[in-house]
Amino acid sequence: MAIVVLQDKCKGCKLCLKSCPFEAIDMINNVAVINEKCTACGACIESCKFEAIIKEEIDAPEKDLSLYKNVWVFVEQREGQIMPVSLELLGEGRKLADEIGTELCAIVLGNDIKGLAKELVSYGADKVYLAQHKLLENFTTDAYTKVISEKINEIKPEIIIMGATHIGRDLAPRVAARVDTGLTADCTKLEIDLEDKKIMQTRPAFGGNIMATIVCPNHRPQMSTVRPGVMDKAVKDDSRKGEIIELEVKLKKEDLRTEVVEIVKSKKEMVSLTDAEVIVAGGRGLGRPEGFELLEKLSYKLNGVVGASRAAVDNEWIDHSHQVGQTGTTVKPKLYIACGISGAIQHLAGMQNSDLIIAINKNPDAPIFKIADFGLVGDLYKIIPAFTEALDRSDDISDVLKQSEILQSILSV
Amino acid sequence: MKIIVCVKQVPDTNEVKIDPVKGTLIRDGIPSILNPDDANALEEALALKDKYTDVKVTVLTMGPPQAEEILRECLAMGADDVILLSDRAFAGADTWATSNTIAAAIRKIGEYDIVFAGRQAIDGDTAQVGPQIAERIGIPQVSYVQNFKIDGDEIIVQRQLEDGHEVIKVKKPVLLTAIKELNEPRYISMKGIFNAYKKSITTWTLSDLDIEKHQVGLDASPTNVLRSFTPEPKGKGIIIKGTVEEMVEKLVVNLSKKNVI
Repeated sequence: MAIVVLQDKCKGCKLCLKSCPFEAIDMINNVAVINEKCTACGACIESCKFEAIIKEEIDAPEKDLSLYKNVWVFVEQREGQIMPVSLELLGEGRKLADEIGTELCAIVLGNDIKGLAKELVSYGADKVYLAQHKLLENFTTDAYTKVISEKINEIKPEIIIMGATHIGRDLAPRVAARVDTGLTADCTKLEIDLEDKKIMQTRPAFGGNIMATIVCPNHRPQMSTVRPGVMDKAVKDDSRKGEIIELEVKLKKEDLRTEVVEIVKSKKEMVSLTDAEVIVAGGRGLGRPEGFELLEKLSYKLNGVVGASRAAVDNEWIDHSHQVGQTGTTVKPKLYIACGISGAIQHLAGMQNSDLIIAINKNPDAPIFKIADFGLVGDLYKIIPAFTEALDRSDDISDVLKQSEILQSILSV
Repeated sequence: MKIIVCVKQVPDTNEVKIDPVKGTLIRDGIPSILNPDDANALEEALALKDKYTDVKVTVLTMGPPQAEEILRECLAMGADDVILLSDRAFAGADTWATSNTIAAAIRKIGEYDIVFAGRQAIDGDTAQVGPQIAERIGIPQVSYVQNFKIDGDEIIVQRQLEDGHEVIKVKKPVLLTAIKELNEPRYISMKGIFNAYKKSITTWTLSDLDIEKHQVGLDASPTNVLRSFTPEPKGKGIIIKGTVEEMVEKLVVNLSKKNVI
């Protein structure tokens, strides 16, 4: 399909030019002309006040997609443990399957993992496809791609969702290329178009500056990877019944072209940012690594976890495992305290869905204040110790709350 | 050793701003740059060129004519050859169609030992093209490479995980995707810039590649953008004013009121 400008309706107002993220519109003789950089995103169509831009549909030969049924969740297991993102996907997958009116199936690969199957049924799977083999014990692109692709061609799911983890982002594109279908990465929202039961996948692009809703109309299965920490976890119900199907796995050592020699865990304790209810994060404004000691104290008091912006990690003030943002972890805690973080779009992309955001920054124009529920402009090295100390006295303050006149004056910030 | 590096010219999304009134992207003045992860990919190839003899580094990109700018940059950094894949037919491609086109170019180049690519581009952010190219040309892949060395006829890499890394052995040919932890891309020298303009850039169009029109570009893409929009800004919050003590007091009161503490 192509974007077309209806020349007789175009007034040369240039609104479309300004809306295009790809510089794909030129003004020639006061009329908008679409050039080769166009990706058919449609932003110009929405911006035109004169309805002078339309999308021309090209009739593609319709494939028989009706053979493809059911929603699959690729369940990631590492060392026999189901990764949290998979439970989130089962929760989301259940909603999708119910809206389409079809079954939710889990597919899990590994060695000696039969015990996981019953658990997956409790988390909502109507069917669990179990692929067990010594060569599937640790993830390798070749083995997992081979098994999953073969089963996709055999069983024909209409939708597959995988976690956008380091494994998912390696595996999903390879599988999608092998079975010749479309893949949408890092989805933050999945919906079903009730008219045609197709999936609509929304994801951030341009470093988080833009959200795009993507569809895969003529290819199956429709594949998505989903960011960990975004969807709600499935609720466990041990009374649930489901079918456990052992898949036949045909693998030889020669099928694997990479060899995992060693798995090295980071010496630091794994930071569980995605599960944290409170995150106290530091950025460039800290000025030095010792600033994180201050944040540690505060986060300890709040029973939280320390996070960081990319700037702090790049400066080597703290390990990458604490990084929140587009190339770090996505979080949605109850409370996010951003200290000395300016609020670059890539950071916001990772935390803007937090329930409550507090920002502390010296610069009153810092973009973080646009999304903070409460903003404090000042020196974090003064504010944070005062705040940490005030938390000890918060009981006294709640007594004060009972005195309404003081309440009025304090709350009229 | 023959190395191919796949790169992309991208708008510097770190600098993109949203118009506060219209909610649209402010496009003017956003510089186009060599995608950061791709710079790491190229640097690793150039480091091999420094270390071993008889190493040839060919850089490949798919893009509009202006993508020549980053190819000059790659030449200035030390690449031997640069190829631009440019054709109206390639435009609007999703990762499926993009990887198809680039794979066709790699097949045309013919011989290679290693293909380096960046993990992901800062505009698309999918991290899909590298693995999909590897699938199409039928070679193994290792993604998230943070460390790389050659040991005889084996390649040993560290693949970053969320909580550590894996050490992986693989034989050539292989495709590797680079992350920022892999290396520090070199600065361009004056001599490099000078040499960059002495060399010519090869351009390949659809007719130069062994691929059909229906296998490339927008029409070949299984995924389409239904709509795009700027994310809704979070509702306005309050700036708490006063001395440090006053600000903290007000904050604690507000948090208590909301039952956060």
